[in-house]
Amino acid sequence: MHELSEHISSAFDRDLEEIQAQIMKMGGLVEASIMQAAKSLEARDEEQAEVVRKGDEAIDALEELINDEAARVIALRAPTAIDLRVILAVLKISANLERIGDYSKNMAKRTSVLVQLPAVGGTASALRRMAREVELMLKDALDAYIQRDTALAMDVIERDNDVDNMYNTLFREFLTFMLEDPRNITACMHLHFIAKNIERMGDHVTAIAEQVVFLTTGEMPDEARSKADRTSRDASLAPDMDAHGD
Amino acid sequence: MYDAAQSERTVTQDVKIAARDVQVYYGDNHAIKDVDVDIEDKTVTAFIGPSGCGKSTFLRCLNRMNDTIDICRVTGQIQLDGEDIYDKRVDPVQLRAKVGMVFQKPNPFPKSIYDNVAYGPKIHGMARNKAELDDIVERALRRGALWDEAKDRLNEPGTGLSGGQQQRLCIARAVATEPEVLLMDEPCSALDPIATAQVEELIDELRRDYSVVIVTHSMQQAARVSQRTAFFHLGNLVEFGETGKIFTNPEDPRTESYITGRIG
Repeated sequence: MHELSEHISSAFDRDLEEIQAQIMKMGGLVEASIMQAAKSLEARDEEQAEVVRKGDEAIDALEELINDEAARVIALRAPTAIDLRVILAVLKISANLERIGDYSKNMAKRTSVLVQLPAVGGTASALRRMAREVELMLKDALDAYIQRDTALAMDVIERDNDVDNMYNTLFREFLTFMLEDPRNITACMHLHFIAKNIERMGDHVTAIAEQVVFLTTGEMPDEARSKADRTSRDASLAPDMDAHGD
Repeated sequence: MYDAAQSERTVTQDVKIAARDVQVYYGDNHAIKDVDVDIEDKTVTAFIGPSGCGKSTFLRCLNRMNDTIDICRVTGQIQLDGEDIYDKRVDPVQLRAKVGMVFQKPNPFPKSIYDNVAYGPKIHGMARNKAELDDIVERALRRGALWDEAKDRLNEPGTGLSGGQQQRLCIARAVATEPEVLLMDEPCSALDPIATAQVEELIDELRRDYSVVIVTHSMQQAARVSQRTAFFHLGNLVEFGETGKIFTNPEDPRTESYITGRIG
């Protein structure tokens, strides 16, 4: 993509830069929240989990601020072409970040319950590795956004397969633990929701990467990626009741 | 899955005016370079571009208004319904009855509202008697969305109308000769937002019967009224395409810089 010069109206440039800065700030908070939630789960640290729950308010507030700013730019500047795509992308990216933040918060809530229950094998560490993978994807998606790097965004979209595979593996592990000892069921149900939520975070990161592709090329990427999550389709693994449809 | 706005964007795709390899020179100045464009029937086509880019010059080629400028020379081919409008046998006066024009500043004749509209039909012998002429005038004023405001004051001078009404009078005058193409050179730049909205609404209605070509400095206006947009820069036609595409994802960086308000 060619380099565009600055707007004749420098105030327009300042408005756009301000919104981009808010997105990066929000992205930073969400990255930290994912890692902190995963660490508190592994360390069974209720206090740290509480920090994550409280931290979600700042993320929600930033989303609201970005929405207001984007609406203002649309009303006052009537953006077109690349400027319009920036605003559209910003609105969708902030919505995706907000959802990821909610999943972190939910992980922290479940951690508060899980610390009351006996630990189930090494699954908390596996979840932390999965969360780490999603956090790295998010970091790259945001880097791709700032640098307008289509190749990096496509790479992030591809890597969501790994997250889906990690989820499939964990799903089977939880099933095994529950079959072995019904006393694991409560903990495993919570852990499974956490795994599913991290998998959903990966989907939201993928949506952010898709927005980067839209931003740079003007078109959404093809839906060529194979779906690695088969748990919703394989009857021997789980009944087909996946509300998210993914 | 498409909304109603999508159907408004559909066009006939019948070519009304086909321009090929058009060059315009003002003396030594090469003002229009190698322009190829197909203007579709029953479609609003907007010409946009910075001042001096050649958009008005090209518009004026479409009804041979440039003939009136001595140093101006036009080469290449411009066909209206497959016939070369620069052919020696074409009478420019007859051509301009078919390809009407509305200018930037409303310019009613210093005559009554009625005579402003009746002038064209009279010189083209379109009416055999007063009753027929009355019909033509009423129809044109209705098409110009001015009938309700003007019907009780047809004998008052056209210059006594407000700016927006004067411009609609000029549009009524242009459509009175039953043209097939309507050229508009910044028709709203002297009008307030309300009058602008009225003229834009009128342009959208006129699209049912005519092919409309509008030159505008307002990108928002081009986006609002047109289905096709052509971007001119330094005498070249840089990009021509569906208006929605031009304003969301233009192909050429020069188009992008211009419509987003950047220094090119």
